[in-house]
Amino acid sequence: MAPAAPVPAPALFLRGAVALSGRFPLLAGVDLEVAPGEVVLVEGPNGAGKTSLLRVCAGLVPLASGTVRVLGGDPADVRTGVRRRIGLLGHASHLYDDLTVAENLRFAVRAAGAPVDGIGPACERVGLVGRLLRTPAGKLSAGQRRRVALAALVARRPELWLLDEPHAGLDASARGVLGVLVAEAAAAGSTVVVASHEPELVAPLATRAVTVAGGRVVADRATPRPVSTAGTGVADVA
Amino acid sequence: MWRDALLVGGKDLRIEARSRVALAQIAPFGMIVLVLFAFALGPDQSPLVHAAPGLFWVAVLFSTVLAVQRSVAVEAGDATRDGLRLAGLDPAGIFLGKAAAVGAQLLVLQAVLAAGVLLLFGARVVHPWLLLGTCLAGAVGLAASGTLYGALSAGVRLRETLLPFLLLPVVAPVLLAGTRLWQSSLAGGAPDAGASWMRLLLVFDAVYVALGVVVFGPLTEAA
Repeated sequence: MAPAAPVPAPALFLRGAVALSGRFPLLAGVDLEVAPGEVVLVEGPNGAGKTSLLRVCAGLVPLASGTVRVLGGDPADVRTGVRRRIGLLGHASHLYDDLTVAENLRFAVRAAGAPVDGIGPACERVGLVGRLLRTPAGKLSAGQRRRVALAALVARRPELWLLDEPHAGLDASARGVLGVLVAEAAAAGSTVVVASHEPELVAPLATRAVTVAGGRVVADRATPRPVSTAGTGVADVA
Repeated sequence: MWRDALLVGGKDLRIEARSRVALAQIAPFGMIVLVLFAFALGPDQSPLVHAAPGLFWVAVLFSTVLAVQRSVAVEAGDATRDGLRLAGLDPAGIFLGKAAAVGAQLLVLQAVLAAGVLLLFGARVVHPWLLLGTCLAGAVGLAASGTLYGALSAGVRLRETLLPFLLLPVVAPVLLAGTRLWQSSLAGGAPDAGASWMRLLLVFDAVYVALGVVVFGPLTEAA
């Protein structure tokens, strides 16, 4: 009898995860498991806990109780090195206004310990070319800042992508590129968790959809379509 | 740790080179402090020369508060502090890098203010190496303690007013030792008389560098 194939450790594991802001509960006992390579859509109304869930997974918010394991380690413990394998595209772009786009990207990629040779191709993918690279980040529009943050994420090549409302502020072309990048990351084996109020943009890529409400996971269902680039605007940008 | 320190320190100095806050705003502020003291003490040069060491270090302390506030503000916009945390940088490396950048700016500010003291107050340097060593040791201590208390105040809404309240009492040993050592340098007293003050300054430096390396991580994670 052939030995059973080993079950891969989950990329993301939360059990009874409770996070607080003062006495206010951000997460009220989240149970969630995400396998490597999955693309998970996180839905829910404003204040449901989607952003907090992603920030807990990124190690930015510590747990008051419960367990979180990301890529096998505790993301809140900087010594584990797990954070360098996580990429978070959140509401902020983490850009220094006085540095140019190129300098910001070089710093972000080098700080994460990734090779800088990925910066050029990443910039081309998101449309950051020419004079824009020499522009101080303080002079960029919100959408352009978002593109820079996306380029940094792509150049870092993280194993876990945490995307919080990733389409916000992006034009149609950039939204299409984002869809392609997420599909490519998943195809390359990365795990992707996307919190979005625009599920129609993410659902075509997602293998699962998780609904969060009141700081808890209240629904968890497989999506009908497999990972693909269909419906993501790929055709628009190709 | 050292790689991360170089990266963060280089980034902060590059930002300073672009924004020129230290040279264009903090250094003139320090000079204004010196000039105002000179006005307050009157036209007679004798009290000015006598008070010059203390006035220099008071101006340096005020300038330190501004330099540290600028260092904290750099990581406040667009959640760049979270960006540093997400990158997985060694917190001790972040501390050393940011402190080194503040220290480098303080050395430049000290050079400007020292020139101001010598020109405005007519002070004469007798032991230049002691004076330079004091400036260097003072810059290390002020940068280390300032960066540490900057991190402590970073997550607080009223950090602009909290930082001087926390920092200025703590750096009193630098003011005392720096003033005494400058008195030895300017007045022509024997440099040996300042050995105990230099020891105090070096102990202060060692304590705050070590404390920062150990405590900066938990402080930034909690902020």
